[in-house]
Formats: sequence, C-alpha cells, structure tokens
Amino acid sequence: MKSRAASILRAAFPFAVVAALWEIAAHSGAFPPRLFPALEAVAATLASLTASGVLPHHAADTVFRLVAGFAVAAFAGVLLGIVMGRYRRAEDLLMPLVSIGAPIPGLAYAPLFLLWFGLGDTGSIVLVAFVSAFPVILNSWTGVKAVKEIWIRAAQTMGADERRLFRHVILPGALPYILTGLRLGLAQAWRILVAVEMLAAVPWGLGWLIFGAREFLNTDAMLAGIAVIGAIGLALEKLVFQRLENYTVVRWGMMAS
Amino acid sequence: MIEVKNVTLEYGTSEGKVLAVDNASFSAKESEFLCLVGPSGCGKTTLLNMIAGFFPPTQGEIRVHGQAVNGQGLDRGIVFQDFAQLFPWRTALGNVAFGLEMKGVAKSERERIALEQLRLVKLEKFAGSFPHHLSGGMQQRVAIARALAYNPGVLLMDEPFAALDALTRDEMQRLLAEVWRATRKTVIYVTHNVAEAVYLADRVIVMTPHPGRIRAEVPVRLPRPRDPLSVEFLEHQKMLLRHLTQKEEGPS
Amino acid sequence: MKAAVSITLSLILYEAVARSGWFAQALVPTLPTIARTLWAMLADGTMARHAANTLWRVFAGLALAAVTGLVLGFLMARYRPVERFFMPLVSALMPIPSLAWAPVFILWFGLGNTATVLVVFYAASFPMVINTWTGARAVNPLWLRAAGAMGASGASMFWKVVVPGASPFIITGLRLAFQRAWIAVVGAEMLAASDFGLGWVIFDAKEFLNADIMLASLAVIGAIGYAFERLVFGSLERGTVLRWGMVRTAKA
Repeated sequence: MKSRAASILRAAFPFAVVAALWEIAAHSGAFPPRLFPALEAVAATLASLTASGVLPHHAADTVFRLVAGFAVAAFAGVLLGIVMGRYRRAEDLLMPLVSIGAPIPGLAYAPLFLLWFGLGDTGSIVLVAFVSAFPVILNSWTGVKAVKEIWIRAAQTMGADERRLFRHVILPGALPYILTGLRLGLAQAWRILVAVEMLAAVPWGLGWLIFGAREFLNTDAMLAGIAVIGAIGLALEKLVFQRLENYTVVRWGMMAS
Repeated sequence: MIEVKNVTLEYGTSEGKVLAVDNASFSAKESEFLCLVGPSGCGKTTLLNMIAGFFPPTQGEIRVHGQAVNGQGLDRGIVFQDFAQLFPWRTALGNVAFGLEMKGVAKSERERIALEQLRLVKLEKFAGSFPHHLSGGMQQRVAIARALAYNPGVLLMDEPFAALDALTRDEMQRLLAEVWRATRKTVIYVTHNVAEAVYLADRVIVMTPHPGRIRAEVPVRLPRPRDPLSVEFLEHQKMLLRHLTQKEEGPS
Repeated sequence: MKAAVSITLSLILYEAVARSGWFAQALVPTLPTIARTLWAMLADGTMARHAANTLWRVFAGLALAAVTGLVLGFLMARYRPVERFFMPLVSALMPIPSLAWAPVFILWFGLGNTATVLVVFYAASFPMVINTWTGARAVNPLWLRAAGAMGASGASMFWKVVVPGASPFIITGLRLAFQRAWIAVVGAEMLAASDFGLGWVIFDAKEFLNADIMLASLAVIGAIGYAFERLVFGSLERGTVLRWGMVRTAKA
C-alpha cells in the first residue's frame, strides 16, 4: 500500500511542478488573464460547463461521430485488408489505390468531403471513416501475410476448410496486427474528428467548443475542452484497447504487454 | 499401406532446374516405423511434404491406404520441427482438439479424447496452458498429441526433436517409442541424426543429396527398448554412416 | 504494371462519374479540368509559392521537434530522475491531438506562421522523444561492455556507440515525426494561415466551390509526402541502418 501511494505521488509530482509554474506565470500579471487564465479559472469553467450540461452535450456529439465513423472504418477496413491479404486479384486491384491514398494527410480531404457530403454529421462521419480505414486495411493485410504457413498447413491437415481456416486460424493469427491497425485507426479518427469539427463549424462538438471559444477569447473554455479531449483519447487507448489486447494476444504470448 | 512409386520432384530456379527428388520408391507396412535419413538437401523433407499432400510430385505416384494422394487428408497427421506450429491463441487442450473440432465431434467428447492424448504424452496437467508457457519439448509433445488426436493411420514427422537440447531429445525419443508402441501408427520420420534413426526405426531409408536419391534401405531388427551402447546398435549406426559417406557406386 | 491497371481503372471510373451529370461539375470536376488547373497553378508559380510556404513551416516545426526530441529522449534514457519527471508529462500530453492546440496558439500568437509552426512542433515532438528514448535503452548492453573494455567512455561512448546503436529507432522516429508534421501542417494552415500554403489553398477553395483547385492541391500534397517518404527517408535508411543490417521493427 505504501509503495502504491509513493508511486502515485511520484507520478503527480511533475504535474504539480508544471501547474505551479503555470500559476506563477498566470498570476504574475505579465499576460492578460483572458488569454492566460489561472488553473482555478479553467477548473471553474470545466465545472460550470459540465454542470450546465453544455460540455457533456459537446462531448456526446463528438463521441457519437467518432463511434459511427470508426465503426464503419473498422468493419470495412478489416474485411478489405483480409480479402486483400488472402486473394491475389483483390490485392492487385486495391493495393495501389490504398498505397496512394494512405500517405495523403486525411485533413487534406476534409474540405472536399465537406463540399460533397455537407457540413454536418454526414461529412465529418464519412471523412472519419475514410481516413481511419487506411491503417486498419494496411495492418489487417500485413497480419494475414504474417500468419505462419505452418499453422495453415497444420489446420488443413486436420481437415479445416476455407471458412473454418479463416475463422479459426487466419483471424486469430492476424489479430495482433489487426488490433494494432484498429488502435492506430482510432487514434487517427480522433485527431481528424477534432480538427474537422473546427473546420466544419458544426453546432455541437468538442472541436467546435474550443474553436468557437476563440471568438470570445474564452481561453479557459478552450483549455477545459482540450483537457476533456485528452482525457477521452487516453481513455479510449487505455480502457478499450489495452483490455482487449490483454485478453487476447498478450494472453496468447503473441505480443508483449 | 504407404507406397511411393518412382517419385521425382523438379523445380525451376534462376540458375535452372533443380532435381530435389530423383526417382524415389519405397513402401511402408501397417504399423511400421520408417526413418528417412540424410544430410540437408537430400530431399527427405520434400518427400515427406509430398506424402503429406502439400504439393504433388512432378512424376510418379504416392498412395496411402491404396488411394492416390491428392492434397491433405485426415488419414495423415503431421508434426513439424518448428515449435511455432501450435496455435498460440489456443490452449494445449484447444490445440489437440482442433482436428476433432473440424470433424464436428461434440465438445465434451473431443475434450475427453484430447485429454487422453495429452495423458499419452504425459501433459494432462498442462491442458489449460497456452503454448508460450510451455517449454520447447512440451510444445513438441503437444504437437504429437495434436497429430494423433483425430486418429489418423499415418504419422508424418519432420525432424520434430532437432531443435531440442540433447537431454530433452533423449527423453522425447523414449517417449515417442512408447507412444508408437501404444498406438501402433505407421510412422514416417525424417531426421539427419543417424543414432536417432537406429533408436526409433524398424527400417531406415538412407538418402543422399545432389540430386536427392535413395541410397539404401537398412532394416533394424533389434529388440526394443534399444540400448544405444550395445554393439549391434553401433554396428547399425556404422553401416548407415558408410552408406551416407560412400561415393557413387553401383546400382542403388 | 498491375498497379497501372488498377489506377487507370479507378481514373476511368471517376471520369465516368464526373461526366455522368449526376453531380454538379463544380463539385466533381473532370480529370482534364483538374489537370488544366494543376498546370495553370504550376505554370504561374502560385503552386510553388504555396508549397514553399508549407515546406518552410513543416521544416521549422520538424527541426525544433527533432532537436527537442533527441535531447530530451537521450537525457530521459540516461538519467532516471529526468525520465521520472518527463515521462508522465509526455504520456499525458501525447493523446491530445496537436490541432486541438491550434485555437489556443492562434489566440496567443495570432494567425500566421508562429501558430502553425507550433502546432507542427507539438505533433512531431512525441514520436521523436519516444523513439529516441526507446532506441537509447534498446542499445545492446554487449556493445556497451565491449566498447567499455576497449576504452570508450563518456562522449566517445555516446557518439560512437549509443547514437549509432539507437539509430534504427531514431530514424523511424524521424519518419513518424514527418508523417505527423505533414498532417498537422495541412490542418494548421486551414485554421491558422492567412495567405499561402497548401492547406490554406484547399480550405480557401471550399469557399468558392473550386473543387478542381482542391483536387489539384491534394495531388501536390500527396506527391510531396510520397517523395519525402520514399526518397529522403528511404535513402537515409539505405545509407545507414540497412547497410549495417540492423533494421528491426521499431514502432513508436
């Protein structure tokens, strides 16, 4: 117990130092408080925005777009990646397109997608789905290629047909890569979504919260919004993916924890 | 039981054609333990892979139970050298039960059989372990149990113990001899280790490389369990080595 | 060859859609229109000016990030207190998308280069820090012992053993940093640039429904990103870690 408390203290120490520096700078009077608010002001704004339901509303809309867009990307990406990894024809046809599309920064597509699909939910969801599908496709494809030949042979010797080979060997064998792809895709989706909410000027959403706050010099609201964005990003990573990995590939010894 | 008739395998490389197996013929009787011995490049693994049905010979024919081999089949179980052959996402029991699952055997039944097979290789205590928690020798024992679980008539083994340390290998050879005595499978066992061949086999087929050819067939009629230090054992070993090191001479 | 087929097919498909009349010409311009726009922008030098502005911002941000990342990464790997202090901060700040800071930077520094470069710096720093730190810790301890036995210490140990030993990770870090920076600069220019830049021109074109300008700029953005990825980082790797045969998978 004692060592646990000590480790929490040790982890908190750097944040305390940074917070103290921030407070000194904010209270020194060197910067206008509207542009450089003290942490208590940020905390107060965070509390009042949460209590009034404004912040939860923004967050809920953002998370909805994220889930909708990423669900499409995950499903389509894994499917495409596996089909490309398994069938030469599909690989020949799709790989060149994927390798051209993948390195273009997703945000560069944003104005085009907003133009084509509108400024609201549809445009941002389609963009999120499109952009985050690339890492999912590429990693699923790599994963299928990395499935050991010896597993396929062993399974076929034991009478596995193509369908069961897929479900019992290729899918679990490629899972470490697929999970990496999904994790990268989700991180990408999150980044793109925050940015596209700023660009699209949607009425609700965390991106818009921080960008809109600029108009009225509400730096405290911005910083509160950034804190929430960081917290959600961290939660997605730690709670969702680390659990999933610990339960599957780490337990199987296919990936170090 | 197993008949290999005039089998040849040729493949093209950038430097022209390579004759991996040149006109090989032999057969194995029911419940016979047959070893293919030779240095690397003699085509022994290639021959085994063709019996397994991974690819067809360029010429010739392979029959198992009187039926021409055409692809893989449940009548043959296979054990590779590579420890990684086990599925890491399945427990030892899950691996052993895989073939039965593919056959559509009910869950309780296949687990009972799988546990029985694990007992045969003395690993029933580790049924719930994932492969990465098992040592190399244990993983190979699971692989043997897995290949036996769906009760194929033939067991094909490709240097299954070559990557193990000497002590473990010794133990495994004894275990395999026991398993074979208990199950009476027909075994085709590929190795480059002459002593191993004499210890395990009813009959040894000696192969030499460039091109891969059968050089000799040597029956081993020693009583089991065999004593590797006995004079007869050493005589057999010497005879095999002589076949392996001799230069081309006469009809083989 | 196959790539050409697949690309041609998709271009034909796009052209068919563009000409079908289902969508407004302004929104889905035909390929010749896009090509003409691209050519016009290249010929009168506007595209070069946009690209030059964007590249300048990327490299300013990337250079700052590389210096910060290398120094901090090595210090963290070498000194436990530095690692203990910065690691929690790095892990807490990393999940915040760099573009989320754009409004704050705009507020503090106004629209223009400073805000854009800072966003790029924020995006590119984390892969540099993490990879340098990982790389320095992944240096084979045998090399350190061997070098120590041969009299290396302090600066010579650092420059002649630690830096080259960590270089596969550092190069990967640089590559990731460029990818992040390239994404960030496009976004930051959309939000914070006021006159020139590839991100700005795309966003500006949206106001006037100039889809041809958007697509032409998109092609340039893709081409520059691709050129850096392949030519710069590819040759950097070929000249160092590939030549030394020490490429490992190094992920952030």
